[in-house]
Amino acid sequence: MAVKRKVRPAVYGLMAEFDNPTDAVAAARRVHEEGYRKIDAFSPYPVEELSEAVGVHKTYMPHVVLVGGILGGLTGYLLQYYVHVHYYALNVGGKPFHSWPAFIPVTFEMTVLGAGLFAVFGMLAMNGLPEPYHPVFNAPNFALASRDRFFVLVESADPKFDRERTGELLRSLGPREVTDVEH
Amino acid sequence: MSQEKYDFAHEDVGIHTTPAVIEPGHTFGTVTDKISSIVLRKRTPLVWWIGLGLSFMLVQVLMGTITHLVFTGIGIWGNNQPVGWSFDIINFVWWIGIGHAGTLISAILLLLRQSWRTSINRFAEAMTLFAVACAGLFPLLHTGRPWLAYWLFPYPNTMGIQPQFRSPLMWDVFAVSTYATISALFWYTGLLPDLATLRDRARSRFGRIVYGMASLGWRGSARHWARYETAYLLLAGLSTPLVLSVHTIVSFDFAIGIIPGWHATIFPPYFVAGAIYAGFAMVLTLVIPLRKFYGLEDFITERHLRNSAKVMLATGLIVAYGYMMETWTAWYSANTYEEFMMRNRFFGPYALFYWALIVCNVIVPQFLWVRRVRHSNLALFAIAMFVNVGFLRFLPVISIFEMRTMVPGAQVKEEA
Repeated sequence: MAVKRKVRPAVYGLMAEFDNPTDAVAAARRVHEEGYRKIDAFSPYPVEELSEAVGVHKTYMPHVVLVGGILGGLTGYLLQYYVHVHYYALNVGGKPFHSWPAFIPVTFEMTVLGAGLFAVFGMLAMNGLPEPYHPVFNAPNFALASRDRFFVLVESADPKFDRERTGELLRSLGPREVTDVEH
Repeated sequence: MSQEKYDFAHEDVGIHTTPAVIEPGHTFGTVTDKISSIVLRKRTPLVWWIGLGLSFMLVQVLMGTITHLVFTGIGIWGNNQPVGWSFDIINFVWWIGIGHAGTLISAILLLLRQSWRTSINRFAEAMTLFAVACAGLFPLLHTGRPWLAYWLFPYPNTMGIQPQFRSPLMWDVFAVSTYATISALFWYTGLLPDLATLRDRARSRFGRIVYGMASLGWRGSARHWARYETAYLLLAGLSTPLVLSVHTIVSFDFAIGIIPGWHATIFPPYFVAGAIYAGFAMVLTLVIPLRKFYGLEDFITERHLRNSAKVMLATGLIVAYGYMMETWTAWYSANTYEEFMMRNRFFGPYALFYWALIVCNVIVPQFLWVRRVRHSNLALFAIAMFVNVGFLRFLPVISIFEMRTMVPGAQVKEEA
């Protein structure tokens, strides 16, 4: 059997630039329908259809946040239980050591804290941020992705990627421009 | 800038034309350019330096007074027994309350899909952060030895002691520190795409590096946006009960005690409404000059001001109801000490302040019922100022100064 050497493709991918979200969504849908999977789109503000079009149908964010909330709440309650029943049991006005109603406010706050921390840091981790360098920043005009332009990217790592054919497909979708993205 | 979709058009043209959230003639591009130019292009105006100078001088007054406080003791605030908290709790509660309007605008209005929030939410969140920082000063200084304030947290220590979790003071520690953390995270998460916009607009290398690092390499990927949107929405959903719980817990500082005038179940809702009320007054105080000086009339429109005025009126009425209930409860309780406290508040040595409070917080805001008043920025600013002064609403806190003989022990002695 011939040994397949992994050759680094010449470009990171092809980027199509659009004026408006409608065209970008249509283009992303079309590219996805054509069987490309390593695709992405870029927009200055969230466009739900665009995320759907590149194949993101659900995120695990709610689960992550739920786990954070449960961990936070348990930490809060058990901390108070441990402190007041075992470690430093203090008789205050004859109240029981395990006086659970008084433990609720701190438990609640810790639940929110846990869930909030997991929401933000979970989101960053799952998005792979912080990531100071990324090849897409090499695309011409990409600075406008944070202003009023919309971009659709097909990565060269996609098995269906072919510089000519993929380029033709993208150009047929009415972009302003289709450009190579350097590594 | 890049946070959400704006409704550009005058969608809701009714009999009275509602002003748009954004004035017509703007596109996503022009909105971005206009706002980022304030940060990146404009020279800092001289007035800004003058304002900073004045604030800096006031900070020096703060430093001087803190020095005096730390060297002399918290008695200079009027703290003693039974007045365990006085000047410090007034400031603490007032500042926390100011912060709550920021969270309300960010979180609750997001959940209610009020798109007008988008123009003012970020600065309201920033207002929250600074307000919480100011609020945090007071419990810290209240300890008398602020350098030992970390003793409030449960941590393994050689003294072998732990904090008392049944005390509202500990609930406060957890509520306020959680609130500060979540507010900072919420603000930063919302800011992330905006920082990326600034990075892409910045012309100087320094600007690109600083904004580039701060934006964590955000590139507006659709896959990222999907998670970002979910996380942001969940944060809003978490912040909403959080903001209610924080002021509820702050009110527990009072309500859990057994001091006449403080021991009342009305306190949690009354405090939350008061917080939103004072907070929206502060939003108006900040936003009316801000939009004028920075020429942001196109983005922070009349609609924002009027909506804020309406929220202020509604919450102001809840606060007025709180005052009435306090009085009624004092009478209905048939408790001598509660009754004395109320009479003392109405006619005692602090009566002038009490009636000033009623004028500022209950009577003046009623002008907001009038359309013409709501439409005049000057009148709105004036009313907001009155409500700000209405932090006298925490006068109930100090009017118990006059009741030093009302410690539970003294009550028992008199009854015996």
